[in-house]
Amino acid sequence: MFVVSARKRRVQKIAKVAGESTLLLFASFVAIVVFFIFFFVARDAVPYFQIRGFSEFFTSSEWYPADEPAQFGALAIIYGSAMVTLGSALIAIPMGITAAICLSDVLPFSVRQYAKPVIEMLAAIPSVAFGFFALVIFAPLLQNFGGPILMWAWWILAAPFLLLAVIITADLLTTSIADPGKRKLANMLIASLLGILALVLLFLVGRHLSAIQILTGTNALNVSIILSFMALPTIVSVSEDALQAVGRELREGSYALGATRAETIVKTILPAATSGILAAVILGIMRALGETMVVWMASGNSSHIPDPWFNYLESVRTLTATIAGDMGEADQVTGSARFHVLFAMGLLLLVISFISNLVSERIVVRQRKILSGQ
Amino acid sequence: MKLFKKIFLGAAVFGLVASTDAFAAGNKIVMDGSTTVGPIAKAFASSFTKSTGVQVTVSESGSGNGAKSLINKTCDIANMSRSMKDNELAAARGKGVNPVEHVVALDGLAMIVHPSNRVNALSKAQIRGIYMGRYTNWSQVGGPNAPIVMIQRESNSGTQDSFKELVMGKENPISKRAETQASNGAIKSRVASTPNAIGFVGLGFADNSVKALLVDGVEPDARTVKNGTYPIHRALFMYTNGQPSGVVKQFIDMPKTAEGKQIISEIGFVNYY
Repeated sequence: MFVVSARKRRVQKIAKVAGESTLLLFASFVAIVVFFIFFFVARDAVPYFQIRGFSEFFTSSEWYPADEPAQFGALAIIYGSAMVTLGSALIAIPMGITAAICLSDVLPFSVRQYAKPVIEMLAAIPSVAFGFFALVIFAPLLQNFGGPILMWAWWILAAPFLLLAVIITADLLTTSIADPGKRKLANMLIASLLGILALVLLFLVGRHLSAIQILTGTNALNVSIILSFMALPTIVSVSEDALQAVGRELREGSYALGATRAETIVKTILPAATSGILAAVILGIMRALGETMVVWMASGNSSHIPDPWFNYLESVRTLTATIAGDMGEADQVTGSARFHVLFAMGLLLLVISFISNLVSERIVVRQRKILSGQ
Repeated sequence: MKLFKKIFLGAAVFGLVASTDAFAAGNKIVMDGSTTVGPIAKAFASSFTKSTGVQVTVSESGSGNGAKSLINKTCDIANMSRSMKDNELAAARGKGVNPVEHVVALDGLAMIVHPSNRVNALSKAQIRGIYMGRYTNWSQVGGPNAPIVMIQRESNSGTQDSFKELVMGKENPISKRAETQASNGAIKSRVASTPNAIGFVGLGFADNSVKALLVDGVEPDARTVKNGTYPIHRALFMYTNGQPSGVVKQFIDMPKTAEGKQIISEIGFVNYY
């Protein structure tokens, strides 16, 4: 024991309180900022619904904010946001998770050391650079070579999956045959038959796709692809961390039971890392939903629901781009519906991201409980 | 004595700093607004800075934003490709700002298509029909059998307002299928790279990368805009808060000088004075 003077003890106590309160101040500052943003956006969004009510905003797709009389139907815009987000998710999620698995469990450590930082560098590219690329290079490319691009994409994506599907189906269909010789023969026959079918399918769909003329390159497809590139680094990086976190014990336990690497990945590592991967996916999707610059530059910004509804080759307009594009004009007449409707859109975006954050949080917690056996 | 000297020196230095500060404040012009007037303003600015040493900053954020900046007193000159609207004038008066209009130049809205497009001329009614969504295929207006991709400007663009006023008229909304681009340059580059597109830009932007259409049989050029035979023409404005004075007045008067006139026609707009 050593004796500390009363004075010194008092100084220490004050220093402790001061230090802790400084930390608390900075920590709560972040939380307060979130709260304030919510508050101020909501404060300016509510008057819109007071002036115009709910039904027009959510059910009409007539977006004529500058006309007399003005119309504020945001359905097509909400739909555009959903479409672009879904499109980018469809591309980025399988690609991102596959890349993460490859990085964490397939590639040798030395390669991963280099590959991961390179992928993460994608996140450092400013969105306006992506937008510029999408508008100036990718859009004309889609217009001029849209069909062939779609055809090659289909072949590259579909061929490995179809091959896998053929092998697995052939195996499944022939497992009941007892005699090994006969089984092998049947397997070969069925596999080659299915293989020919798959090739025909590849060829027919490919020919159909290559005949497509893309009318305008600034469309939902363009934006979806570019947004998926922007969401990829998040998804890859976070899910790779999740896969790494599964740990050596589970992997080696699985190998010790005689599982192959494929079985270990699919049956042990992926289930154990589900929560982390889900969090990665939601983070990636939020990145795509909230992105403004790229969609403003490259989505074409026409506020209609494509015809037919799944036509990714038509231009769409998103919530974020509308806020960015209409802000300047609306600001002059503060207090008008035209001003507040943009806040209503902002609030909608905020609520969506808030809900998905909550959901991902819940999933992570639940998954952790299941894994720890509680 | 030494102390006096120090104080004196300090005061002198302080005075010098203060006076250069004051000098700089009166020596700067801030402009905001139309992307159409932007090139004129920028060309004026560089020659103005060269001859007078006055710093001129030009932001291009659309006519609506220019009006807003003037109303909020964050710029000295608002560039606008349309006149101020009644609600903008009211908002300005509410804030004690008195917008004064100065015509800078005249401009025609060139209807532009891809150079490979067979169509060379459209009537105003045909253009209206295209943008209303009544004509969706070029074959309906004498072109090849290909769908029309129409491109418009965003809602805070003065060019968009001019187009709506001069071509569409009040009752005819632009089709929801129309794509939106944020500047004259963006429309031009989209049209230049999209074979089936049609768009509208300020006369000065219609260069060789696109084809400007004859409207009602009249070619868009300086002569037809000046004598009013080209049907889609308008004036471009600069707005100041009250009658301008000092360097701002000197700047506003540039379109009347020989040099200003030369700049305007070099960029592709039409002289008003």
